[in-house]
Amino acid sequence: MREMINIALPKGRLGESAYRIFESAGYGCPDVLSDTRKLVFEDESCAVRFFWVKPSDVAIYTERGAADIGVAGLDILLEGEHDVYELLDLGIGRCRMAVAAMTDFEDNAGCTLRVATKFPNIAKKYYLSQGRDIDVIRLNGSIELAPLLGLSDVIVDIVETGTTLRENNLEVRSEIVKISAMLIANKISYRFKNRRICELVERIRAEGIGND
Amino acid sequence: MQNETRYFSKAEKVSAECREIYSGYGYKQYNMSRFEEYDLYAANRDFLIGDSIITFTERGGRLMALKPDVTLSIVKNAACEGGRQEKVFYLESVYRTDQSSSEFREIMQLGLECIGDIGLYQTGEVVALAAMSLSVISKNYILDLSHRGFISALADRAAIYGEARGELMRCIGGRNSAGVRSICAARGVAPDLTEQLAGLTGLYGSMTDIMPKLELMSVGEKADAALAELRSIYRILEEFGCAERVNLDLSHTGDMKYYGGVTFCGYIENIPFALLSGGRYDGLLEKFDKPGGAVGFAIYLDRLSSLPEPKSQYDVDILLVTQECDGAEVARAVEKLRRSGRSVMAVRKISKGGPRCREIVYIEKMKDSDGEVSGRKGYR
Repeated sequence: MREMINIALPKGRLGESAYRIFESAGYGCPDVLSDTRKLVFEDESCAVRFFWVKPSDVAIYTERGAADIGVAGLDILLEGEHDVYELLDLGIGRCRMAVAAMTDFEDNAGCTLRVATKFPNIAKKYYLSQGRDIDVIRLNGSIELAPLLGLSDVIVDIVETGTTLRENNLEVRSEIVKISAMLIANKISYRFKNRRICELVERIRAEGIGND
Repeated sequence: MQNETRYFSKAEKVSAECREIYSGYGYKQYNMSRFEEYDLYAANRDFLIGDSIITFTERGGRLMALKPDVTLSIVKNAACEGGRQEKVFYLESVYRTDQSSSEFREIMQLGLECIGDIGLYQTGEVVALAAMSLSVISKNYILDLSHRGFISALADRAAIYGEARGELMRCIGGRNSAGVRSICAARGVAPDLTEQLAGLTGLYGSMTDIMPKLELMSVGEKADAALAELRSIYRILEEFGCAERVNLDLSHTGDMKYYGGVTFCGYIENIPFALLSGGRYDGLLEKFDKPGGAVGFAIYLDRLSSLPEPKSQYDVDILLVTQECDGAEVARAVEKLRRSGRSVMAVRKISKGGPRCREIVYIEKMKDSDGEVSGRKGYR
């Protein structure tokens, strides 16, 4: 019997797109996309086991070996500095990590910049590279509200279309990094299940995905 | 023997067996104090994994540290002048912050160092001992060999230095070919060299599979010398009978800046982190103004707790029910049963939720016709 490959998918739209990539590469598994409360789906003929987890937890499951491979946004990987392999850029969930501010905000380089964000590590690293002193305000959601209410000067957040920013009188001031979903692998599984993981990566590549 | 090791943990069994192996190759146990002067670590921060050190002030005003590392102390005290070799192994606790929780942890580390007048054989011997140590833990292990000289030669050729070099190493180490290509594109690296660097991220496997591909990629003397060293070490491993589970992984760039030359990393199936890490660190010796080279490794014994320990069905072999018998009589009965090699626990009566046992023995039934437990009666 072939050894099972455990794959962690992020719940939501990104995970569904990622699953379709696995399916088209020949790793389909019935019912994964069905409306059920089941969390684990297995297909013995393909020797794969999929499970849905919170997007921010995919890298943790993979790093600790509960999943052999997973799909995680580069934002989560950069923020958590997880010790995993980043095997492929799947090219889905494309967006960018950016600094945004009110359209009339004038930055004074002499003052400490107040930065509201869900990604404190990315923000700190970015401003450290700029040599700028910042005060990080860690929030868990509705980051755009922070500059509107004077809680922060700028925000560091994910920008997809920019509509939310525009509607709130905010604009992108600089781009930090381009984000997309990555196929990640546990470093130990990569060694002990090397043949199967490499085969999976090659089959996804053969679908024209991740060819850089 | 079984009775002596019944309650040894996996880590204790492994460390005992490994130390026995090491001493067979002329290594001696190194014992050190729990504390060192903070200055030693402050001056060699590059060599440490993580930044945090637990410090305290001694009565005399000296700033001391709970040791975050053992190798620094060994190198500091090593006598390697005049062509001498210092061959030591150690079993010590180190105090570091956990990467995920940022809290301090005491980590039991088993390690081995060979310092001084060392050559290719000694490097090969240390790598072989690393493989032997892993095989003590599990037959299903993998030891990956790498050489920093090879990656450095490629990066030098691409003229990638400074911060971008660190980022390049991070991408190669993370097998992120897209990241490698984007760094190369930003620096205007030639397409063939870019492909070689990106290609490193996908190379992994046995010596016979990977070495020919690396030879095709080689970019000059420094890279050729690195590959030649890897081939020689592999031949030494073959002589020791340890080559079978050794792979080449040139994407492994090592955790510490002081590692130069050969590096290696050990893995056990079902332990989700590297269990063993080692390599040549001649640069540290140079920093201490000592002649020669150095090679060593450390095994993180605390990580063995991820391995499933065989669960015992029973807490004890025999539960001896003594009721109201006097102490000497119970002792005689316990010793009699113990001499049969089984474990015994004496209880006055059987209670619900008590220890799980293979057999229950009532002391009354052990008594002979005189109403006494037969056995040693010398002191009666």
